[in-house]
Amino acid sequence: MSTTKDFPPPVKWVDDRLGIGKIGKKNLRKVFPDHWSFMLGEIALYSFIILILTGIFLTLWFKPSMGEVEYQGSYSLLKGLHMSEAYASTLDITFDVRGGLLMRQIHHWAAVLFVASMMVHLLRIFFTGAFRKPRELNWVIGFGMLFLGIIEGFIGYGLPDDLLSGTGLRITQGMIQASPVIGTYLSFFIFGGEFPGNEFVSRFFTIHVLLIPGLILALVTAHLFLVVYHKHTQYPGPGRTEKNVVGYPLMPVYMAKAGGFFFVVFGVTALMGALLQINPVWLYGPYNPAEVTAGSQPDWYMGWLEGSVRLMPGFESHFWGVTLSWNLLIPALIIPPAFVTLVALYPFIEQWITGDKREHHLLDRPRNMPTRTGIGAAFITFYGLLWIGGGNDLIATHFGVSLNNVTWFLRVMIFLGPVFAFWATRRIAISLQRSDNDRILHGLESGIIMRLPHGEYIEKHTPISTYEAYELTARDRILPLDIGPETDENGVRAPKRAINKVRARLSRFYFADSVQKPTAEEIAEAHAHGHHDDHEELGHAAEVPGLTGTVEVDDETAREQITKH
Amino acid sequence: MSEKRLSLSPARFLSARRRHRSAGLVVLLFGLLAVGSAYAAFAPDNAVADNSAQSQQIEEGKKLFAVGCASCHGLNAEGGGNGEGKQAGPSLIGVGAAAVDFQVGTGRMPAMQPGAQIPRKTPAYTPAEIEALAAYVASLAPGPAVPAEESYDISKATDEQITRGGELFRTNCTACHNFAGRGGALPGGKYAPSLMNVDPKHIYEAMLTGPQQMPVFSDQVLRPEDKRDVIAYLNALQQQKDPGGFGLGRLGPVSEGLWGWLVGIGLLVCVAVWIGAKGVKAKGVKAE
Repeated sequence: MSTTKDFPPPVKWVDDRLGIGKIGKKNLRKVFPDHWSFMLGEIALYSFIILILTGIFLTLWFKPSMGEVEYQGSYSLLKGLHMSEAYASTLDITFDVRGGLLMRQIHHWAAVLFVASMMVHLLRIFFTGAFRKPRELNWVIGFGMLFLGIIEGFIGYGLPDDLLSGTGLRITQGMIQASPVIGTYLSFFIFGGEFPGNEFVSRFFTIHVLLIPGLILALVTAHLFLVVYHKHTQYPGPGRTEKNVVGYPLMPVYMAKAGGFFFVVFGVTALMGALLQINPVWLYGPYNPAEVTAGSQPDWYMGWLEGSVRLMPGFESHFWGVTLSWNLLIPALIIPPAFVTLVALYPFIEQWITGDKREHHLLDRPRNMPTRTGIGAAFITFYGLLWIGGGNDLIATHFGVSLNNVTWFLRVMIFLGPVFAFWATRRIAISLQRSDNDRILHGLESGIIMRLPHGEYIEKHTPISTYEAYELTARDRILPLDIGPETDENGVRAPKRAINKVRARLSRFYFADSVQKPTAEEIAEAHAHGHHDDHEELGHAAEVPGLTGTVEVDDETAREQITKH
Repeated sequence: MSEKRLSLSPARFLSARRRHRSAGLVVLLFGLLAVGSAYAAFAPDNAVADNSAQSQQIEEGKKLFAVGCASCHGLNAEGGGNGEGKQAGPSLIGVGAAAVDFQVGTGRMPAMQPGAQIPRKTPAYTPAEIEALAAYVASLAPGPAVPAEESYDISKATDEQITRGGELFRTNCTACHNFAGRGGALPGGKYAPSLMNVDPKHIYEAMLTGPQQMPVFSDQVLRPEDKRDVIAYLNALQQQKDPGGFGLGRLGPVSEGLWGWLVGIGLLVCVAVWIGAKGVKAKGVKAE
């Protein structure tokens, strides 16, 4: 009550009616941890706001119609040409509406950044294990937004009805038709008849400005609500545990930071819109199914799909009067959905394998989960190679190599690349773990070489700081799943034996090679050893104080903790 | 037989002496005389009728051809092998002056080395020499001639013609040369070259003769005025400034995606790192 008295009159007026004081009191002081990588999702949120603002501007002039008109605007190279109203109005926005081209370009660049930042955000979440319990559902929600964002972007790219977007739609229609049995019906349903027909622009427009933005908005709300509800994850560090959040309050620190960052994102997007030409539809010309242009590519986020189609050899089979286009079925209708599902369900898959049912609020350092980090690298490699495949023609012309060689290289690498990336990344992570252990046990190499009385040379090691020791050891022991004996004491076979065996094998694959952090005894021993070696007061910090802040247990206790529900 | 001999006395005379020792020599002399008089009767006549300047040009072209082209295309432009049973250069009989003017005028010929495709480079011959080479090749057999200047004169092209040229360009050319004439990839290391900064005459000749991978767009397929309109559209494209800022090479979404990631996301991540470093870290260091 004393606080409400302090409110200035307008705030009090609102508070009396909406009770914002109570909500604000609870939430404005909410603490968020500080790290640059926690701001990647913000880029996506802000791009989305920019998309809505510029999108509203564009709807004022855009005519979502396939009605044929003769262009009489101010772009002379297309004057007098017959085209759809959608394309003509896009040209009008570009050349005859004040600020229209700028708005179009900001809208398009914001779309590019929207999807890109969601993907970068996703990678951060993946590599730090922020998707673990209790945040699995938020991962799925985020993934849903990424998926919707890609669909939204692709439909938006199709709206102006220019030659490039029309070609993109044609390819999509081909993919739809490749679906066995229902393909033709589906294509007729979506396009309202033969491709391209007169329906798709008005249909896509409604989906683009109403349906998908609405869904994304709802998911954004749920996503942010869950971030507040779960509290933000934090990197391990001094004083940070699974039970607290170390950082700064929303008001004033994050209000300023996030608010400022919004303006930076808007500024960068506006600069790109003003300086870098994007989607020059006037150069593409109106869509005409008889025409096509070299370098027909979708926007970057559909590039991997384009690549997967480009890399696929042209297999086709015919039986019982049915044609199965494997050259589209596999690269467009099997691989992408399978890959997307795998990534979307990854938190559940990992949880099932590791049997880890605990809540996690402290993030993993990527090196401390070598197998997960390796899998992430394999995903990125797979995606990246398909991405390169989508631009194989430009790679061929710009690097002076044969298009066929690029394609064949990628056809082989799509199988070998992810395996190699997994192996290399995992080994690097394990090496980094070893180096961490080395720092904990033996300290830093000081560069001072000493000669002992009996002639032996040793290098002095200085112990690492308490803070660093805490950071390096603030992680759990990770152990392969133990599924117990085959039969119990009465000779009865344990249930679900086969599936559990698979699970145990996967768990070993996950954890067997990763390096455990040293136990307290190992550290004590190492430091005592250091004392002995140095014959001096070096290696002083025999006990590393930070260690007590973390789960510091032997294997047995660790296992009990992991499997406990 | 003997009856014939009896009836024709001169024949009988010849017949009687046909085995004479010097008969062969006499026949040879007669033959030479006949050929010589025939040559004297026709050849000088032709030379007089011909434009002497043109024949001189052909002569000059022939000499240039022998030095610069014959090693691959054969001494008489009949095509030549590389000594391993493969063709080094195709026959040029019937390709016409337009083909020579295009190939040599854009520097593609003489080729430096065989490859998937012969690239454009600085021409090795002067315009006069190119004309001579063209005249020589054209003299071998009829073929498309170098187009007259007015056929690719685009200075008077109207907006309507340019728009028409754009439609023709998108229908016939963009599939390989890209929507802005920036070129594109073809199988096996071949490519459709960029059409930027190409002489209108050479674009016209390329359509006419179909060099390397390009199909021929004869005057029946693309009429001369169609060709001129296509050239006018290309010229307008090249002259046009990008209204949206830096054009990113006019290559389409691939370069846009590259800029979005490298510049857009790159810049924003840098700012995020900066903002991240501004807060707790700086204060945290002080607190320590």
